[in-house]
Amino acid sequence: MGFTVRRAVAWGVGAMAAPAFAVEQSRINLQAPVTRIAEQIYDMHTLMLVICLVIFLGVFGVMFWAVFHHRKSKGAVAAHFHENTTVEILWTVVPVFILLGMAYPATKTVLAMKDTSNPDITIKATGYQWKWGYDYIKGEGEGIQFFSSLATPQNQIGGQAAKGDHYLLEVDKPLVVPVGKKIRILTTANDVIHSWWVPAFGVKQDAIPGFIRDTHFRADKEGVYRGNCAELCGKDHGFMPIEVHVVGADKYAAWVAGEQAAKAATAEDPGKVWDLAALKERGARVFAANCVACHQADGKGLPGVFPPLDGSKVVQGPKADQIATVLNGRPGTAMAAFGKQLSDTDLAAVITYTRNAWGNATGEAIQPAEVAAGRKG
Amino acid sequence: MAAVTPEQLHHHHHHGPTGLMRWITTTNHKDIGTLYLLFSLIMFFSGGVMALTIRAELFQPGLQVVQPEFFNQLTTMHGLVMVFGAIMPAFVGFANWQIPLMIGASDMAFARMNNWSFWLLPPAALLLIGSFFVPGGATAAGWTLYAPLSVQMGMGMDLTIFAVHIMGISSIMGAINIVVTILNMRAPGMTLMKMPLFCWTWLITAYLLIAVMPVLAGAVTMILTDRHFGTSFFNAAGGGDPVLYQHVFWFFGHPEVYIMILPAFGIISQIIPTFARKPLFGYASMVYATASIAILSFVVWAHHMFTTGLPASGTLFFMYATMLIAVPTGVKVFNWVATMWRGAMTFETPMLFAVGFIFVFTMGGFTGLICAITPIDIQVQDTYYVVAHFHYVLVAGSLFSLFAGAYYWLPKWTGHMYSETLGKLHFWCSIAFFNITFFPMHFLGLAGMPRRIPDYALQFADFNALATVGAFGFGLSQLIFLAAVVKCLRGGEKAAAKPWEGAEGLEWTVPSPAPYHTFEEAPVVK
Repeated sequence: MGFTVRRAVAWGVGAMAAPAFAVEQSRINLQAPVTRIAEQIYDMHTLMLVICLVIFLGVFGVMFWAVFHHRKSKGAVAAHFHENTTVEILWTVVPVFILLGMAYPATKTVLAMKDTSNPDITIKATGYQWKWGYDYIKGEGEGIQFFSSLATPQNQIGGQAAKGDHYLLEVDKPLVVPVGKKIRILTTANDVIHSWWVPAFGVKQDAIPGFIRDTHFRADKEGVYRGNCAELCGKDHGFMPIEVHVVGADKYAAWVAGEQAAKAATAEDPGKVWDLAALKERGARVFAANCVACHQADGKGLPGVFPPLDGSKVVQGPKADQIATVLNGRPGTAMAAFGKQLSDTDLAAVITYTRNAWGNATGEAIQPAEVAAGRKG
Repeated sequence: MAAVTPEQLHHHHHHGPTGLMRWITTTNHKDIGTLYLLFSLIMFFSGGVMALTIRAELFQPGLQVVQPEFFNQLTTMHGLVMVFGAIMPAFVGFANWQIPLMIGASDMAFARMNNWSFWLLPPAALLLIGSFFVPGGATAAGWTLYAPLSVQMGMGMDLTIFAVHIMGISSIMGAINIVVTILNMRAPGMTLMKMPLFCWTWLITAYLLIAVMPVLAGAVTMILTDRHFGTSFFNAAGGGDPVLYQHVFWFFGHPEVYIMILPAFGIISQIIPTFARKPLFGYASMVYATASIAILSFVVWAHHMFTTGLPASGTLFFMYATMLIAVPTGVKVFNWVATMWRGAMTFETPMLFAVGFIFVFTMGGFTGLICAITPIDIQVQDTYYVVAHFHYVLVAGSLFSLFAGAYYWLPKWTGHMYSETLGKLHFWCSIAFFNITFFPMHFLGLAGMPRRIPDYALQFADFNALATVGAFGFGLSQLIFLAAVVKCLRGGEKAAAKPWEGAEGLEWTVPSPAPYHTFEEAPVVK
């Protein structure tokens, strides 16, 4: 299909619409495609644009001819015709055939997009308010898991610092996939609906809490490709980008080995007893990565939307209640169940931090073992 | 709006209450039409202020004017206020004023219900706008109110749900009134196929309203019970499905799109023949096209949901059905152009807006067709391309037709000619700034800018700045409309019973301004 469309396009608008036009990061057209499907979409869009433009020029050529010539001020006298069966049938039937011509290539692409069979690697992308989590479920790299959050610093957003080249499109830990392999992405979400979108791949799939959906891509070119969450998911919907690094097979293998080694090295003894200062220090980092968007750095939350932690009855109350809240979330609110996202040590640290930050001074250190007990309870 | 002067009231021996009570207790279709139009004008400017705040934030990358949470409240409320507060009531206002005058009826069929269907709207608007001031602010879930995000919201969401209920009841009562009036109160001799096209489009629209408003009410009620009463319609953990909400919402939402555009087609079909001095081309095919669009509108809803992961067969069905709508819509455009062909046209403000409507609305139609192609839609879904598309059909479509209709019938309503200079200025400013605002959004969407974000990547900066400049120009241009209407109400050249040379229809047989009571004895149509 790509071939015929490109010929039709070349015939229609000459060199203008050929792939040369699809320079990197076009500001007025679809992004340069790097998968077969994205390429088909690109060509289909060009074809549609040309057909619509031709019809548009035809219809409005006639209308503006009438507007300029059939004016009373130019002495035009109104005719009295008000129907013509032949013409009316013609302009009903001809569009049907034009539509059939459009539907044919679209149908083929839809079927190709839906074919997620026989992937080389399967990765689950989970939408959280407001970051992405990735689990390599099957294929090379199986077992790798990480979160991917916005890396743009707050002071760039607030205007106190100059904005970087990839402002709002950069993450702390990008998704890495090998070039030329069929990657199946399973999407789901933890809280509300998100949407995983990488324009250069021609992929956009909603991530729906409680359900698994899938899509796939096979990138033909190494490089860094960026996208956004495409479904309104609350306050920081505009701040949870997607960054995918497509790398060669060797580099991918090296990346997988590095990830697995790092995972082994950081495996922690869940029985370790921590002192208060170490927990608070680690907890501050966990808070900054996971909690600050809603509860705010000053612990005051956003009145009426997100509750404060500073002076909160839960935070100053019994440990077990707060542990349960953080582990299981608060259904029906934006408070997520962090039990699935964070390790016992991180949870212990962040709970300790909140109980000893701002005006809260319980002086208590929560140990990972207490969180582990909370999971069982 | 003093559409009727006291002398005329006196002349017609009208003994109702005066002052504010007259407007609260009125059962007169002209008074109620005026109230609807005034209400929608106020809501139009409220929604406009929200739009300009959104555009101000988007003028430059970074957060300058509002915070993300409030930004989301603004985009949500802008949509709800414009759809339910401005566009829909404006068309009902036109229906109230014009349908009895056009079919030779003395009033609407259920005059008291007519009063009630209007007076439900101000409390609904108060709930909606007032929700900004409750703890947590207005709902920020987008005008589509998708679950589970809408389940997370604060009490502003509940106020919105109740507002939607009330507005829905108002719309259903208004629609029943219009159906009964048109079917039972036409003047002798006015068969359905002799009826002005505006009445036809409203008859079909009214059926759509009756069919889908209860669906919306059901959807938001399910959100309400999910929020407060422990149900799990949209919560997978309780056996529900978030996507169910989208199916139900868009089963309402797509016909809703046509509810907002079919009466616009009606207004344009009245105006083009008048100023072309030539009968409407293809009257019967216009009626059939309108009916086809309405019927098709019930089987295309999931084209709003191509990215949710529908099965291939479902995707293809909804793609084909959606593409099919291009056929009757095309027929309408061809008919209007054929009506203009070999006419003797003049270009007073109503005609300018009507021709502008055809030109710019058709662009929105084409982008609609492009969005119907599923693979392309996957790329542009939830981007600024879609924002551009639906503003081309809702602003250049519905809103321009409302302006066209307002200028067309203002002489009949007020008894004065509006200022042609102001009208023309309003048109040229509106169409220029409209395109400056919304045309660049096509580029933004194609290049990958998502919608509903308060901040964006740097490559989108230029077009956003341009769109913001255009938006402020467009907003200010609407003050010209306000000036033109106020000037026309206060005085101006006396309007003849039939101020437009080429106009036809019963409304032009009564004096201008239309007396408080018209067609107490039904006219006979030959």
